[in-house]
Amino acid sequence: MTMIEGHRQLTPDAAIPVLDVDPYSEETLHDPEPFFTALREAGPVVYIPKYSVLAVGRYEETRVVFSDHENFVSSRGIGMDDFKLEKPWRPPSIILEVDPPEHTKTRKVMARALSPKVVRSLMDSFTSAAEQLVDHLLKQSEFEAVADFAEVFPTTVFPKAVGMKDVNERHLVDYGAIVFNAVGPDNERRRAAMARAPEVGGWITAACARDRLTDGGLGEMVYEAADAGEISHDEAGMLVRSFLSAGVDTTVTGIGSALWCLSQNPSQWEALKADPTLIRPCFEEVLRFTSPVHTFARTANVDTQIAGHTVPEGAKILCVLGAANMDPNKWGDPEVFRIDRKPVGHLAFGAGIHGCVGQNIARGELEAVLRALIAKVDRIEPTGPAVWRPNNAIHSLDKMPLRLVAK
Amino acid sequence: MQVTFIQPDGTETTVNANSGDSVMQTALNAGVDGIVAECGGSMACATCHVYVADEWVSKAGNRSESEEDMLDCAMSEMRDTSRLSCQIKLSDDLDGLRVHIAPEQT
Repeated sequence: MTMIEGHRQLTPDAAIPVLDVDPYSEETLHDPEPFFTALREAGPVVYIPKYSVLAVGRYEETRVVFSDHENFVSSRGIGMDDFKLEKPWRPPSIILEVDPPEHTKTRKVMARALSPKVVRSLMDSFTSAAEQLVDHLLKQSEFEAVADFAEVFPTTVFPKAVGMKDVNERHLVDYGAIVFNAVGPDNERRRAAMARAPEVGGWITAACARDRLTDGGLGEMVYEAADAGEISHDEAGMLVRSFLSAGVDTTVTGIGSALWCLSQNPSQWEALKADPTLIRPCFEEVLRFTSPVHTFARTANVDTQIAGHTVPEGAKILCVLGAANMDPNKWGDPEVFRIDRKPVGHLAFGAGIHGCVGQNIARGELEAVLRALIAKVDRIEPTGPAVWRPNNAIHSLDKMPLRLVAK
Repeated sequence: MQVTFIQPDGTETTVNANSGDSVMQTALNAGVDGIVAECGGSMACATCHVYVADEWVSKAGNRSESEEDMLDCAMSEMRDTSRLSCQIKLSDDLDGLRVHIAPEQT
């Protein structure tokens, strides 16, 4: 058997169009739109020879493949490596990289810890942290919005919500970036992530131990599920780790992207100030427009089909969520950022049984941030160009100089 | 086939529906207010909460355990007739279905 990038080399159905590009090149990760367009235009499913993978980027096919957990499984890894054939770099996530029935059990525990009711109990803490942060930044003539705003907010509120006694902001942000770079091919980003993984991963695992968590936090809720016999205590530690891989870097990205969208589209910022009921729809549009997770993969677990083409067992399929969220056949005018679009069905949080279990808490954090901004800020002005940070799965800002002008 | 949505103030909207679609999707397609459906049908948000009209409850089917867990966290109170409308899939025997939209979703 010939292996490419940790999975079996694929001989694709001859009728599947070939797209000879590198979706993980630095150029594409900086500016993915040309790749997204080429992918959608090439066909409902394409073959990418460089990595011997299939890829989908039209809305309908992406949604179907991404949510069809029976044919296209997560347990063989959501990146290039096929966990059936290659040893994963870390023990696989027991919620992200697992199928039913195991997934059903862990998902239930996490859904309870991250439920709308729990998020409501956290909103006062989110609101006061957001107000303090905006007040602080209003005093500065300009600031770097990734380091000084987007990274600060989640690392202030989320470890507290989880109940962590140990907080290392840098490790918390970087752990997510490492996990997400690890799903890509063997490129410089993945190699750099692997080089830092022992240090950061070791710190994370230690910080997830029960005696490093306070009573009343989300982490303790997960350990209580272990006390009740729903999961084992080792599994509880693994699920607390999932809070940190999936809940910090992603919301940092969401906040940065929201600030980017609103600073680049002053008319939409004015519309938001005029109508606070658009706060939640605004965040949905930010998610659609920027797709914080641009690509995750699935693995065909049986011989199956995509859009009428045969797909053999073992094939890796890149689900390019960023392309689907910009599909003109679905959205009409996808290139326009419109806060009243209400883009229900966008794929930024995925779809189906693996749809982001923390999406309520992400919405809660963003609601607090946007509410504090519209209460206190008249204008959000860029003071220099925004730069994106290439990552094998996350589309995130690296630097964004901004100025806030008080009301 | 048709589905009738009843707003908390009693206003009724009857819309055309397709067999196979969810009640949530039917509401969104027709632009019915009050079904927010933030998560798009992943059973992760409880913002498409409806109360099924009494005469339709048995035909609409049973709630799954995870649907019940999510309804338990909904903004409006959970009742015996509560459903997440994303989890009610329309079929011919639901032609004429009537659902009351829960007053608060987010």
